[in-house]
Amino acid sequence: MAKRSAPEINAGSMADIAFLLLIFFLVTTTIDKDKGLVRQLPPPLDENIVPPIIKQKNLFVVLVNSNNDLLVEDEPMELKDLRQAAIDFLDNGGIPAGQEGYCDFCQGSRSPSSSDNPDKAIISMSSARKTDYTTYIAVQNELGAAYNELRDRESQRLFGWKYTEVKAAIDAGNYEGNEEKAKEKLKQVRTLIPFKLSEAEPKSN
Amino acid sequence: MSKFKKKKGGELPPVNTASLPDIVFMLLFFFMVATVLRKNDLKVLNQLPPADQIEKLDKSRTVFIYIGKPSDNYKGKSKEAIVQIGDRIVDVSEVKTAILQEVSTLRQELQSSAIVALKIDQDAEAGLVYDVKQELREANLPKIIFITTPNSAVE
Repeated sequence: MAKRSAPEINAGSMADIAFLLLIFFLVTTTIDKDKGLVRQLPPPLDENIVPPIIKQKNLFVVLVNSNNDLLVEDEPMELKDLRQAAIDFLDNGGIPAGQEGYCDFCQGSRSPSSSDNPDKAIISMSSARKTDYTTYIAVQNELGAAYNELRDRESQRLFGWKYTEVKAAIDAGNYEGNEEKAKEKLKQVRTLIPFKLSEAEPKSN
Repeated sequence: MSKFKKKKGGELPPVNTASLPDIVFMLLFFFMVATVLRKNDLKVLNQLPPADQIEKLDKSRTVFIYIGKPSDNYKGKSKEAIVQIGDRIVDVSEVKTAILQEVSTLRQELQSSAIVALKIDQDAEAGLVYDVKQELREANLPKIIFITTPNSAVE
């Protein structure tokens, strides 16, 4: 019997099939890139704890009404000015030199009627229930930006790099150098300028 | 002499396409690996607000909460913003139980450090967001992240 050779399979359509699959996955792929504002919520309310007394001058009150207007320290303000106002407040360093709690790195106006020390300063934000979420996030963003700018400035002064850049590199896992040491330094900057943003219950109007 | 005979005409040789399937397969595998099929079916409108002071999110220890007006396919009784956790629409008072249930689906060792990602529509109201945050406080999940789109918040 003569040996019959098997006919070759035509693979010309392979590319078409692969293209079809490729296009399917191209269309369904959503490369997730979720980013956002990280916040820490306070622990649940405990009736037994007496709230500490905070000096009025260490408090920076930001109110947002239902028309999305800002009232900062009893003065109306545009959103674009909020960042600088918050920086001025945090960076004030009102305690005179030589006294306990003196802020040796502050570059603010050192007004006695504003905050004593970034460590003492607290930003209090409160919104109406009807405030837009966009405005709420914008205010949160600007106040966060004020802290980030100050932290950048201080880490630049102490270590020669920017706080936010190094933190982003560590979070992304591509920090070059000693990560533990850098984390320690980040913590140092954080204790210098702690993030103190409190939120009050929204008012109904 | 015949060695140097010129070819007739200027015809180009056909391009060899034998490696085309390989290239296509390579791309295909890339997208197959990179694809994450959406876990939750969105039942609410979800247009996120802009912000620029943002940090990256660690996916493995995250549970999501979606807040927004019900989307067209799921229009129910209300036109108000609603809360969606997992695949369910929950009432604000049920957020605590629903989110704790959602956290229990995470890997065991990550449960204690779970992060709650809030994907909130830009037209939602701050009051509802506050209520949800109070629920999270009671559920002892203090670490939250407001997911935003990377854009400047001040125009």
